[in-house]
Amino acid sequence: MTEQEVFEKVQETLIEALGVDDDEVTAEATLTGDLGAESIDFLDIVFRLEKAFDIKIPRGELFPDNILNNPEFIKDGKLTDVGLTELKTRMPHADFTDFEQDPDINKMQELFKVQTVINYVMGKISA
Amino acid sequence: MRWIWIDRFVEFEPGKRALAVKNVSLAEEHVHDYWEAYPTHPAALMVEGFAQTSGILVGQANDFEHDVVLAKVAKAEFTDIVVPGDQLHYEAEITNLAPEAASVEGTVRKNGEVIANISMMFSHANNAMQGLELPHGFVFTGSFQRMVEPFLEKRND
Repeated sequence: MTEQEVFEKVQETLIEALGVDDDEVTAEATLTGDLGAESIDFLDIVFRLEKAFDIKIPRGELFPDNILNNPEFIKDGKLTDVGLTELKTRMPHADFTDFEQDPDINKMQELFKVQTVINYVMGKISA
Repeated sequence: MRWIWIDRFVEFEPGKRALAVKNVSLAEEHVHDYWEAYPTHPAALMVEGFAQTSGILVGQANDFEHDVVLAKVAKAEFTDIVVPGDQLHYEAEITNLAPEAASVEGTVRKNGEVIANISMMFSHANNAMQGLELPHGFVFTGSFQRMVEPFLEKRND
């Protein structure tokens, strides 16, 4: 499956899960900021991706969920070096170029882009 | 009045699917409250009826261990209105059942014709909202559980 084919399927998944229009689902769109995803939507997206691509997505693999409640990972509202390293290890599918300049936890959502999901699925189906 | 928007289950396959029936009557107060001159059973209450059908299905799948709450209506598209005298069938199928949540899809039929497609998600409140100290058993009161008992007894025979 090509990246374009994966993109189209991910796009369809997000349209169904979030009730957005196809032109909103660009590769650079963020799930929370641009597409309005809330917490339950992340699980809905995981369910739908599993079905669409016939893959298993262990909880916390696509969207790591217990980074923010580890005091070792956070200081003054930013990820510590240890926290950032941990997050990068757990999200090889995300692009950290902008985030690592200023790892403010409020900006963590910007890591969750449509492209992040595409990268994750590409890794999963080629594995 | 009790907040129960299905009359009874017609079919119930534990952990898989459920079919419930609701007969809309002119004697029901609510049909007069939406449009005074034209009694109807509003779509929002069909979403609720479908949610109750699905919620009991999801709850029973874990022997009512979890408090199941409606977390999201991903889709609810209606193509017709419903008036007194109509019979509704809510058919729901579990598409995913996880420790913290479940997703369900299905239809609403009016007198046999499909008039709505619905997709929704339920959260297992006690798993998903740890720390809030929700009381256990606040969703499935006796009246909901009694509705599925005939089907469970049949299975155990």
